[in-house]
Amino acid sequence: MNLYSVEVNSRLLLGTSQYPSPAILGNAVKASGADVVTVSLRRESGKSRSGQDFWALIQSLGVRVLPNTAGCHSVKEAVTTAEMAREIFGTNWIKLEVIGEADTLQPDVFGLVEAARRLSVDGFEVFPYTTEDLVVAERLIEAGCRVLMPWGAPIGTGKGLNNIFGLRALRAHFPNVPLVIDAGIGLPSHAAAAMELGYDAVLLNTAVAKAGDPVAMAAAFAKAIEAGRSAFIAGPMEPRDMAAPSTPVIGKAQFG
Amino acid sequence: MWVRVNGAEHEVTAATLAEALEQLDYDDALVATALNGCFVPARRRGTTPIAEGDSIEVLAPKQGG
Repeated sequence: MNLYSVEVNSRLLLGTSQYPSPAILGNAVKASGADVVTVSLRRESGKSRSGQDFWALIQSLGVRVLPNTAGCHSVKEAVTTAEMAREIFGTNWIKLEVIGEADTLQPDVFGLVEAARRLSVDGFEVFPYTTEDLVVAERLIEAGCRVLMPWGAPIGTGKGLNNIFGLRALRAHFPNVPLVIDAGIGLPSHAAAAMELGYDAVLLNTAVAKAGDPVAMAAAFAKAIEAGRSAFIAGPMEPRDMAAPSTPVIGKAQFG
Repeated sequence: MWVRVNGAEHEVTAATLAEALEQLDYDDALVATALNGCFVPARRRGTTPIAEGDSIEVLAPKQGG
C-alpha cells in the first residue's frame, strides 16, 4: 500500500492510546504487525516529562508515526497543532481532525477542508478524518489530500460500519485514492468487512487497547484485515435473493 | 514576571522563550512550543521575547488514536 509515496506493508494502522501499560502497548504494536502508529501532542511538565518516556518507547518499536490533531475544534487549533507535531515528530504526515460536535466527535467538515487546504499548501501530507460524504471528499481532494479517512462510526463506539452504502459509493467514486476506515471499528469482523469493500486499510485504537487481552486482539485484527483484503482481491460472489442449490440437480436419483 | 505555562501561572525572570524553558526545567526535553496561540519553532525560541501575562504552551509526544 502506498501512502504519500511511502510503501506501507501492513494495512492496519494502530492507535497508541488507552493501553493498560506501556509494555502492553509495545507488545500490541508488535503483534499487530502495524508499520504506522498514531500519536498526539499534549502538555508536558518540565518535572514529570512523561512524554519523553512515551516517545522513547515508540522509537524503540521502529514504526512510522502519524501524528494527530485530536481534540482540536477549530482550524487555527488544528493548524497550530500540526505545525508543532511536524517539528517534534519530523514528519509531514498529519492525521487531521477538526471536531465539530462533542457528543459524536464527528468532523467539522467545513473546518476540515479549510485546514487541509492550508496545511497542504504548507507542505503537509494530510490524512483527513472525515465522513463518508462524497462532496466533502471531493473538496478534500481539491484541497490537496491524497488519502481519505472516512469514519466507520463515531470514535470509540465500536459500532463498526454504520453506512455501508455510503462507504461503498465512496470506494467506487475514488478508485485510485487510498481510503482508510478511521474510527468506529469494534471487532475484527468489522475490519474484515471494510477490507472486503475494497478499502485500503483500517485505523483503529480502542478496539485493541480496551480488549481483555490487547496483544491477542491486535493479532486477531491483523488476521482479519489480511483475510478481508485477500477476499476483496479474490472477488466475492454477488449475493442473490433466491436460493440456488450448490449440489448439482442433474443426476439426482429418483426413488419411487 | 508572571507568565502562563500550560494553563498554570509561573514566575520567571527570562527575557526569551528559550530562557523560560530552561528555568522551567525543560532543558533538553523534546517539546514543541507556542506563544500566545502561535507556533514558535525551536530555532526561534532564543530570539523570541516574552512579556508579562504571555501564554506559553509546551507540548510533547503523547499517546493518540
